[in-house]
Amino acid sequence: MNNFLPIIVSRSQTSNIMNFFVPIIAIFLTLITGFIIFLLLGFDPFYALYTFFISPISSSYGISELLVKATPLALIAIGLAFCFKNNIYNIGAEGQLTMGAIFGGGIGILFHDTNTFWLLPVMIFAGAIGGAIWGLIPALLKTKFNTNEILTSLMLVYVALFILDFLVVGPWKDPNGFSFPKSRAFSDSGRMPLLFDGLRVHFGLIITIFLIFVSWFVFSKTMFGFQLKVSGFSPKAARYAGFNQTTLIFLAFGICGAFAGIAGLSEVSGPIGLLYRDISPNYGFTAIIVAFLGRLHPVGIIFASLIIALTYLGAEDAQLFLQIPSAVGFIFQGLVLFYLLGAELLINYKLSFKRT
Amino acid sequence: MSVDLILGILQIVLIATTPLVFAGIGELVTEKSGVLNLGVEGMMLVGAVTAFVTLVITGSYFFAFFISLLSGVIMSGLFAVLVLFLMSNQIATGLALTIFGIGLSSMLGKEYIGTPIDGLSPWFFVIFSFVIVFLVSYFFYKTKMGLILRAVGESHNSAHALGYSVIKIRFLSILFGGSMCALAGSYISICYAPMWQEGMTAGRGWIALALVVFATWKPERVLIGAYIFGGVTILQMNLQALGLRFPGQFFSMAPYLATIVVLVLISSNKLRIKLSAPASLTLPFYKGR
Repeated sequence: MNNFLPIIVSRSQTSNIMNFFVPIIAIFLTLITGFIIFLLLGFDPFYALYTFFISPISSSYGISELLVKATPLALIAIGLAFCFKNNIYNIGAEGQLTMGAIFGGGIGILFHDTNTFWLLPVMIFAGAIGGAIWGLIPALLKTKFNTNEILTSLMLVYVALFILDFLVVGPWKDPNGFSFPKSRAFSDSGRMPLLFDGLRVHFGLIITIFLIFVSWFVFSKTMFGFQLKVSGFSPKAARYAGFNQTTLIFLAFGICGAFAGIAGLSEVSGPIGLLYRDISPNYGFTAIIVAFLGRLHPVGIIFASLIIALTYLGAEDAQLFLQIPSAVGFIFQGLVLFYLLGAELLINYKLSFKRT
Repeated sequence: MSVDLILGILQIVLIATTPLVFAGIGELVTEKSGVLNLGVEGMMLVGAVTAFVTLVITGSYFFAFFISLLSGVIMSGLFAVLVLFLMSNQIATGLALTIFGIGLSSMLGKEYIGTPIDGLSPWFFVIFSFVIVFLVSYFFYKTKMGLILRAVGESHNSAHALGYSVIKIRFLSILFGGSMCALAGSYISICYAPMWQEGMTAGRGWIALALVVFATWKPERVLIGAYIFGGVTILQMNLQALGLRFPGQFFSMAPYLATIVVLVLISSNKLRIKLSAPASLTLPFYKGR
């Protein structure tokens, strides 16, 4: 064996400092990789990185757009934290988001000519129910039939997308829409109120912040949060302590689904205002990255959602100004997760140059 | 129904199912060694786009498949380094690979959407897909290396104690899985479609993952599962073509719903899953110091 490479030594305790630094290391490495990619593509890398990460948020409009994108990402990610903390791999948040949009949006379409104060709250509630139902299906299959939740929750994404497609080209199509595959617009009282005049950032942001706060309370101050954590660390200890794993699975999936459903509803009744095919640019999948990058911690998730939202905005700007396909945003998202997962090693292990 | 029609449908089923067999058998080998790679969809997409772009540039089918397989090796190699050497969470790393693959393939293929190519006849690959399943089955149950690979998947600590290199065996299994996924992707973009379109694998990678569970980790059952899925998909298309008065979206859902139903039927017998699944699946191997 050579003596130059460090060897990996298990830590007796997970490192809290590394827990904090690992996401920062990952972001730093992603930027360096981005620099190299842009250089290889023949762009001025400083200008490209500026276009990607700085110029999108150098105006109040840009900041507002950042918050518009971060709103659903953070909300779904905090929901996913309920699942991931307990090692339940719900990767079907995109489907739960779609179902929330269908349920809540359905109410909005039904009352498209009604203006009343209770319309929006009812839509939000329906969105939560829709998402929760879609999330509880894999929970039921997992607890009752031992079915792998990764695959079932993912398959249900496709099913939800086809249901939405069916609705907007079929029964819910706008009769005055010149046969475009979209629904009627919601009435004004079915829309999320805007927070500032002329900017698109909307009331959904307040809902997200509120639910993140509630989640923080649940994680750190309640028995349920403690049970989630213990089951995640050691299923055996949880069973010994008498925690009911079935209940935990149902609660985690239900909460995550409801949060994703609210995120979906707040998209369609926020920036969009009606139902159509492409309501979400993969928010449900991208939120998985947000959850991991934020280390399943409420504060971490807030920062992570802003950073990942920036990759969406940066990709749009890069397409506009550098003629780079916007898919480069996904490359950055994939990279940051790779680096994060790789660097996580430093939390549980340390590198040592000493030989024994 | 006439004989011609039945033969015609049979042909279409064979051609449509082949990529599922490739991706499924590749993932099966990876999982047998104790590693779950959820990056199948991403590796298929990158495999598809690299094959297509190489074919357009060089005009050589050989180069196209060669570069595509190489892309599969590189993509899965990246995954292998992360999960084997840096001991990262396999599920999250696989998801990252898929997201990365979706982005990379869209970027590489941007200029080539709609470029016409001369498709290659699929029949060589259809036959090859049966051969490879047979070879994998032979490898697992008739050779010593196959036995070692299975041992690594069942109990990496015992295999390590017996002096086998767990990391090396898992690395090679992951690379084999990656190249098979790339082959599945290149088959889709060069033989089956033949064209390039963003996200053209349309969830087949995920169905391949479900196939491995369906097959209870036995190679020949991947073939059976793949043909059930392929058959359902083609049947749905044919019923749609016959003009049944039923919205098309509900037919399009059928393969995904069928996957869920099949998974429920297979997994409801807890003991069977427990006995069939490699016992070390998703567990990281740390040999200590």
